[in-house]
Amino acid sequence: MPEQANIVLPEGSLEKQTTRLNLGPTHPATHGVFQNILEMDGERIIKAESTVGYIHRAFEKLAERRPLYQITTLTDRLNYCSAPLNNMGWHMTCEKLLDVKTPKRVDYLRVIIMELSRISDHLICNSIVGVDTGAYTGFLYVMQYRELIYEIYEEVCGSRLTTNMGRIGGFERNFSNTAFQKIEQFLQEFPKVWKEFENLFMRNRIFIERTKGTGAISAERALNYSFTGPNLRAAGIDYDVRVHAPYSSYEDFDFIIPVGTTGDNYDRFMVRGEEVWQSLSIIRQAYEKVQSFKGQDAEIYHADAPEYYLPAKADVYTKMEALIYHFKIVMGETEIPVGEVYHSIEGANGELGFYLVSDGGRTPYRLHFRRPCFIYYQAYEEIVSNTMLSDAIITLSSLNLIAGEMDA
Amino acid sequence: MSISRDHIKEKLNTQFGDGIVSWNDASDILTLEVKPDLNLKVLTFLYDEPSLRFQFLTDLTGIHFPDKTGAEIGVIYHVHNLKENIRLRVKIFVPIQKPDVYTATGLFSGANWMERETFDFYGINFIGHPNLKRVLNVDEMDYHPLRKEYPLEDQTRIDKDDEMFGR
Repeated sequence: MPEQANIVLPEGSLEKQTTRLNLGPTHPATHGVFQNILEMDGERIIKAESTVGYIHRAFEKLAERRPLYQITTLTDRLNYCSAPLNNMGWHMTCEKLLDVKTPKRVDYLRVIIMELSRISDHLICNSIVGVDTGAYTGFLYVMQYRELIYEIYEEVCGSRLTTNMGRIGGFERNFSNTAFQKIEQFLQEFPKVWKEFENLFMRNRIFIERTKGTGAISAERALNYSFTGPNLRAAGIDYDVRVHAPYSSYEDFDFIIPVGTTGDNYDRFMVRGEEVWQSLSIIRQAYEKVQSFKGQDAEIYHADAPEYYLPAKADVYTKMEALIYHFKIVMGETEIPVGEVYHSIEGANGELGFYLVSDGGRTPYRLHFRRPCFIYYQAYEEIVSNTMLSDAIITLSSLNLIAGEMDA
Repeated sequence: MSISRDHIKEKLNTQFGDGIVSWNDASDILTLEVKPDLNLKVLTFLYDEPSLRFQFLTDLTGIHFPDKTGAEIGVIYHVHNLKENIRLRVKIFVPIQKPDVYTATGLFSGANWMERETFDFYGINFIGHPNLKRVLNVDEMDYHPLRKEYPLEDQTRIDKDDEMFGR
């Protein structure tokens, strides 16, 4: 920690000197391992210095010795509130490098899962903003629907938080009937709950006064800080990867990009809230599209990419090619074509990018994750300077900073 | 998309001439490699030129090629023109003995931590960076772990005896 000798108290301050305060790394209000070294004048923050890196796990280094499909488990642990989004983004990056074309049904199934995880992520973020402003009820109330989303994940892939969902080319198996039933149940029950949740906050005077005008960032500064996702849109820029560079057939869907105006905590809350409605509409559209596949078409759940997609076990026992591919995939002995791709998806909190360089070996030569949280967090020092400590706490949660994504 | 790849090429070629080492049109994103001391000039030109306006820094990262003598360490910028929705990839390569690169923090505030991360993992010295210190690893670390000379531990080694977890 360098000496901060040049801190001068603002005019009219009642204090004799500034106080240095450690917020975090294990403070309950920071929702993760972040440390902020604050220079305080009473309760007003004069200067902040943020540090990260407490849970750095060397994913980029580990990825350099893993075959592509084993890297999926690493992406789970980036933004663990919406792990399937990361998984899908990673699979699509691989497909771009390997030139695998996925069938429409796979794209739509992926859209359902991706939008469900966007909802589960926004659900956490918005309800945590509620918790930090003193409204715990909403948080507990919507949790049961995150639970339902996790049950859908469970039906699809067998796990809940770190999902390792899908494979290069599609899914490991078709969605079960129970999965579809649960999606239907979610579409039926959740809108009412989300409406109630919004009623609790949107016109709640205490909430508005705590969030309006706090933690604001202008559109110019947000762009200069490479903000993406809801945090950029709250400042008024309608940049959304789903529209700017459609992937997974997003061009087939009809939805709007909600934008804010001031980029403060209230706008971020509102943008996320509206995005949940849009995601619901996308899921409904995708669900209908998936249901319109009949007969043989309704059995398609992966692309034809035998070198990368694990064959059915029955084939492994009876067919030679299947046995060879099975062995090569499991042992990680498939050579990846030489190439360099950057693929990005609209993650729950911004543009989640994967920069993959392959030199023709069995593992990536270099893999870099563009992690939106890591990029946001450096703006935190600027956003919270000259604000009250209690506002800084809300700003921290409303930026949706997830420690796992920061420390790849 | 009103800016074509040819327009970008033409503009940059006229402005920098020999400063541009190579173009790669085959990649998913138009890619160019420039001489290492020109990185900031190229980025500034891309930022200011009214017909280009690459004003959004999407990503900044490093790469290490131990076999490319004299140009081992690379820095890769992904810039984006949000209005025209076109991306561009700019690369520079510097020798590992003297990995000095001009900082882009004056242009993009977001480059601050991205450069710190790149410094952390590759030891690239960003000249003019306001606060160039490690961001993800511990301050006491005396090496840059993503360089290729630091291999991951061999998972099949048997000389290591761990009472708790075994091998």
